[in-house]
Amino acid sequence: MSALPGWRQLPIGAVNLVPGSSVSYKTGEWRSLRPEIDQEKCIRCRTCWMYCPEGSIIEVDEPYKTKAGREYKVTYKIDYDHCKGCGICANECPVKAISMVEEVI
Amino acid sequence: MGKVVPLGGNYAVAYAVKACDVDVMTAYPISPQTTIVERLSEFVANGELDAEFLHVESEHTALSVAIGAAAVGARAYSATCSQGLALMNELLYIMSAMRLPMVLTIVNRALSAPINIWNDHSDFMSVQDAGWVMMMSASNQEAYDEVIIGYRIAEDPRVLLPVITSMDGYIQSHVVEPVEVESDEDVLSFAPKRRTWYVLDPDKPVAMGSVGDPNYYYEFKRQQWEAMKEARQVFDEVVVDFAKKFGRRYSAIETYMLDDAEVAIVGMGSFMGTIKAYVDRARKEGIKVGALRVKLYRPFPADDVAKALSNVKLVGVMDRALVPGSPTGGHLHSDVIAAIKQRGLDVRTIGFIAGLGGRLLTMDNVKQMVSALIKYKDARELPKEPIFIGVRE
Amino acid sequence: MSKPITVWDLPRDELLAPGHRMCQGCGAAIAFRHILKAAGKDTIVVMPTCCGEITSTVYPDNAWRVPWIHVAFENAAAVASGIRAGIEVLKRKGVIPKDRQINVVAIGGDGGTFDIGLQALSGTLERGDDVLYICYDNEAYMNTGIQRSGSTPMGAWTTTTPVGKIWRGEWRPKKRKDLVAIAIAHNVPYAATANPAFPLDLYAKVKKALSIRGPKLIHVLSPCVPGWRIEPDKSVAVGKLAVLTGMWINYEYENGVYRVTTPVPKRKPVREYLRLQGRFRHLSEEEIKKIQQLVDAEVERINKLIGKEVIGPVEG
Repeated sequence: MSALPGWRQLPIGAVNLVPGSSVSYKTGEWRSLRPEIDQEKCIRCRTCWMYCPEGSIIEVDEPYKTKAGREYKVTYKIDYDHCKGCGICANECPVKAISMVEEVI
Repeated sequence: MGKVVPLGGNYAVAYAVKACDVDVMTAYPISPQTTIVERLSEFVANGELDAEFLHVESEHTALSVAIGAAAVGARAYSATCSQGLALMNELLYIMSAMRLPMVLTIVNRALSAPINIWNDHSDFMSVQDAGWVMMMSASNQEAYDEVIIGYRIAEDPRVLLPVITSMDGYIQSHVVEPVEVESDEDVLSFAPKRRTWYVLDPDKPVAMGSVGDPNYYYEFKRQQWEAMKEARQVFDEVVVDFAKKFGRRYSAIETYMLDDAEVAIVGMGSFMGTIKAYVDRARKEGIKVGALRVKLYRPFPADDVAKALSNVKLVGVMDRALVPGSPTGGHLHSDVIAAIKQRGLDVRTIGFIAGLGGRLLTMDNVKQMVSALIKYKDARELPKEPIFIGVRE
Repeated sequence: MSKPITVWDLPRDELLAPGHRMCQGCGAAIAFRHILKAAGKDTIVVMPTCCGEITSTVYPDNAWRVPWIHVAFENAAAVASGIRAGIEVLKRKGVIPKDRQINVVAIGGDGGTFDIGLQALSGTLERGDDVLYICYDNEAYMNTGIQRSGSTPMGAWTTTTPVGKIWRGEWRPKKRKDLVAIAIAHNVPYAATANPAFPLDLYAKVKKALSIRGPKLIHVLSPCVPGWRIEPDKSVAVGKLAVLTGMWINYEYENGVYRVTTPVPKRKPVREYLRLQGRFRHLSEEEIKKIQQLVDAEVERINKLIGKEVIGPVEG
């Protein structure tokens, strides 16, 4: 265990000075199932991005062209450091482009 | 030079709060505090004070509002006593640990039951471990000055602890005395508003009030202890500055005829006036008695108290709040014993309980105390229970 | 009438950082994300002791990318009032620029709002303080382990209304305390209900509320995975069913006018909502019928308020 700060180093009053510092806590370790997006099936409707409780579905400005020739401006990637594997994305996806597969460590 | 005005203690405090240009005030009515907030709302209503005055629906909310206001950098003020203080109890601990400054005036009143609106120190004493700097005045001038001194201490970056100022309910709050009221400019230049603490600001987001699990809680408490130590130092600096600016000199304790005293009475608040008057009388009869008034209660001025009492044979500590079941029955008595014992002094003590629920102290009562001190001065065994002065057996 | 918002209007900015300890599938987490998207970064969030608070700020982890404060359990509304008062007076005295817009949003659970926090909420609403109070309602004291609260619906199992020989879950045959009605009784300019399964509606309501000066209240249903005994991937589905069965009606009140924002032309029977949740598993036919009757009565009341049938009859 790394050395924790002493009382002289900590900000007074337990004020947390770093917004978003929770990202260092890797809730991805909670998973037993992991979501995998089939980029071919995905219609970029934003539904999974909208519903993810962690905000672990990241919308990136990466264009994608499916094998069938459909072109999209964005792609969805999963932040596996934080995804808890709840499966809401897979359950809500209107075209079943997300499958929940067993997490193998 | 200020202007000397006849003012009751509550009104005096209201004038001090106005001069400090307080930003947010909240209070819930409770006797005998009510005239503070009535006077303050008149100031706001007339445009003499630009402040947000929140008419809250309970004392718990009053302190919650003050915490919120302080959290965004506003100078906050509230006043309460007795049941109201008890109701905001959890928040006193929280505000101190969150290291947010404010001044809260307690108009000392007995805690129920039975319900009693008159004066004793049970409410003041009940919050001694909440981590607030605590002062008790003995005159209306002092009550006025304490508010100004209070903001200087609270907002000092070395302290950042909220401050309690107090006065005895009805005896001071509703009795008129001459009070030198200083100008707003002078007061504000003595206690200027500075942003010395962390605030909620969308440009620099912070989180206040996190969970402090066993890996962290202890360290934040250790910081509070240090802040209180600093407060002792800062108090001494501030009262020197205050004397320079306004000509009135305060200190953590006030001693009266202690230099050659064989016995002494230690106490707090307005009753010390009666004690001092009796000391004069007793001295004429040749009794070597003195008195010590504790003004700064937290942080407790242990060094000063021990030093002042070091040559006294027997000290009688008068508590105006009862702790059923504690070894001494009184908060002040226990603190005095600790101060003396820690410094290895050979000073003995007995305890008095007096003035509960507004029972006034007469000269006869003080005579009783001094007689007890004379009686036990050379005794081998001292009473281990407090002597209840003024109760009907 | 402004253009209806679409999913593409939701800003990408995540003001709630991941790494918080909210359960897998937590409905509240979804709600918080969208509340913050609507409120934006010029927002101070006030929370009472609740799930959202303890999971998001375990020192030194902080999931909030906006200024945030927690003080105690019963006083979120009061602290919010103090913050608003402080901001307004500091603006008057030139410490904060006068044109600086800062939202003050209190977000509290049902326990901290319906029960212990009701007094402070009432004070804030009555004084007319410019605060948006959002109650995310998971229908029990979930933070402390699923104990019954003033908003626990009839029939629900909780650890303090367990199912046994004499008690069968929350037995009080009641319509729950109507938080929006309580707010309206305080003459607020805006009050609404919302649901994280309908994020666009929630987003629009938060945006609208923050454009109005004065005290506002939004009551948000918050499906809870461990407390309702649902599968983690079903919290959105359960939230949708709450609306589709009429158990939860998304509506808003603005200056005397009521508007149902998610009309349901044909309702599903409540059974469809109840059977997905383990907390209702013990219900008999008789008990389900009672719940259906409660829902029917509430639907009728809302339709009357609106003046037309916005929530339709049960299908089939």
